[in-house]
Amino acid sequence: MDNRKILVIGGGVAGLEASKQLLRLGLHPVIVERSERLGGHVAGWYKLFPDMRPASDVVNQLVEGVKGATVYLNTRVAYMNRLKDGFSVMLGNGTGLHCRAVLITTGFRLFEAARKEEYGYGVYDRVITNSDLEAWFGGEADGRIPDNPRTVAFVHCVGSRDLKAGNQQCSKVCCMTAVKQAIEMKEKFPDAEIWCFYMDLRLFGKKYEDFYINAQQQYGVHFVRGRVSEVSEDIAGRVVLKAEDTLTGHPVKLSADLLVLMSGMLCNRDTESLAAMVRAEVDSDGFLRSRDNICNVNESNRPGVFFAGACTGAKTVPETLAEARAAALAVYNYMSGND
Amino acid sequence: MIDFGFSLSKSSSIKLDEVDLSLYRRLEEVEPGVRICMGCGSCSATCNASKWSGMSVRKVILDLQRGRDMKEMLSCCMLCGKCSMVCPRGINTRHLILSLCRLYESGK
Repeated sequence: MDNRKILVIGGGVAGLEASKQLLRLGLHPVIVERSERLGGHVAGWYKLFPDMRPASDVVNQLVEGVKGATVYLNTRVAYMNRLKDGFSVMLGNGTGLHCRAVLITTGFRLFEAARKEEYGYGVYDRVITNSDLEAWFGGEADGRIPDNPRTVAFVHCVGSRDLKAGNQQCSKVCCMTAVKQAIEMKEKFPDAEIWCFYMDLRLFGKKYEDFYINAQQQYGVHFVRGRVSEVSEDIAGRVVLKAEDTLTGHPVKLSADLLVLMSGMLCNRDTESLAAMVRAEVDSDGFLRSRDNICNVNESNRPGVFFAGACTGAKTVPETLAEARAAALAVYNYMSGND
Repeated sequence: MIDFGFSLSKSSSIKLDEVDLSLYRRLEEVEPGVRICMGCGSCSATCNASKWSGMSVRKVILDLQRGRDMKEMLSCCMLCGKCSMVCPRGINTRHLILSLCRLYESGK
């Protein structure tokens, strides 16, 4: 029996980077991915901030790095049982495995924008999400995006910082994504006016503030501090937004040819049931509970069960990759009896 | 029209589609720095005139972006330039106020 097998659940960027490092450490990662491709959400994106590197470039590089790992696509984990010396795992395709440790890299799902009914996603023709826009940038056709929009509006915090919608956390990356996508839209449609409606602009990362200043200075993007309260459709098919401009204290109204909703990050639905199989816990924020949120973010409360990436909370790509490397080391130390 | 003995107040809502930004656009040309204001309020907090007159460079810039006439507020400025000193985005607010005054003058 191969006693160096590590089950990696999820073939997104976290799972790929961790697997690459596990291979280098002489372990044998088994990547189980439920979809038909590796790369997770990032594989569906166009360009990554802050250097606008093509996402496909990053994914290809990561996929290249896991040569030598066992990869199961279109496969789910049916069940896992803890044994004395590891885990007995049954995959949905009927494969049985005996793994020494489990690394959960199941990432996140986007908040379903249709749940914020007041924004009209799925009801009005001109309302899309951040991920729809990324796919369109990447060349996918989208009939909701007009040929020559004059006005494009972005709404931040859709399903984030929203206690009533069941997610009071900040999804961290959407502010920066909105500013990035606003700039990309202005580059595609130089005559369009771009409006961002935000509660706070949380531009915390490396060079994010540069994007904000550029968006204002070079691209003339308008920023309005206020959450859009409702969206309707006018007779011409344009969407009409209502918000309060909280800095002037006046209600404002804007018609737009396209509305982009910045959907937030939630923990994946099946992560909870996966975690339950190995008795890992879910934290009060809906994401997986780390053994310690400062010193042991990569470890669960159960020996042999590790986490990396957005399954423990919203993260950027570089944060996820750094965590994946740290998780690989944590697994290695566990296997070596060093912890 | 029947007099019901009351009147309707004017809507305070700003229709962003219909806002006249011509003055703001002319200001942008001579003072491109106006675009990078992030509304922090440092200028107003340090302004000597603000506590007596309500003068606020932040409000001037923002309200211009919403198509409002800010001439009256401008007349409260004493041009001391303290606001320029504290602006974290390095906007030359004193110069901006002068340029705006000139635009108002020339538009007479």
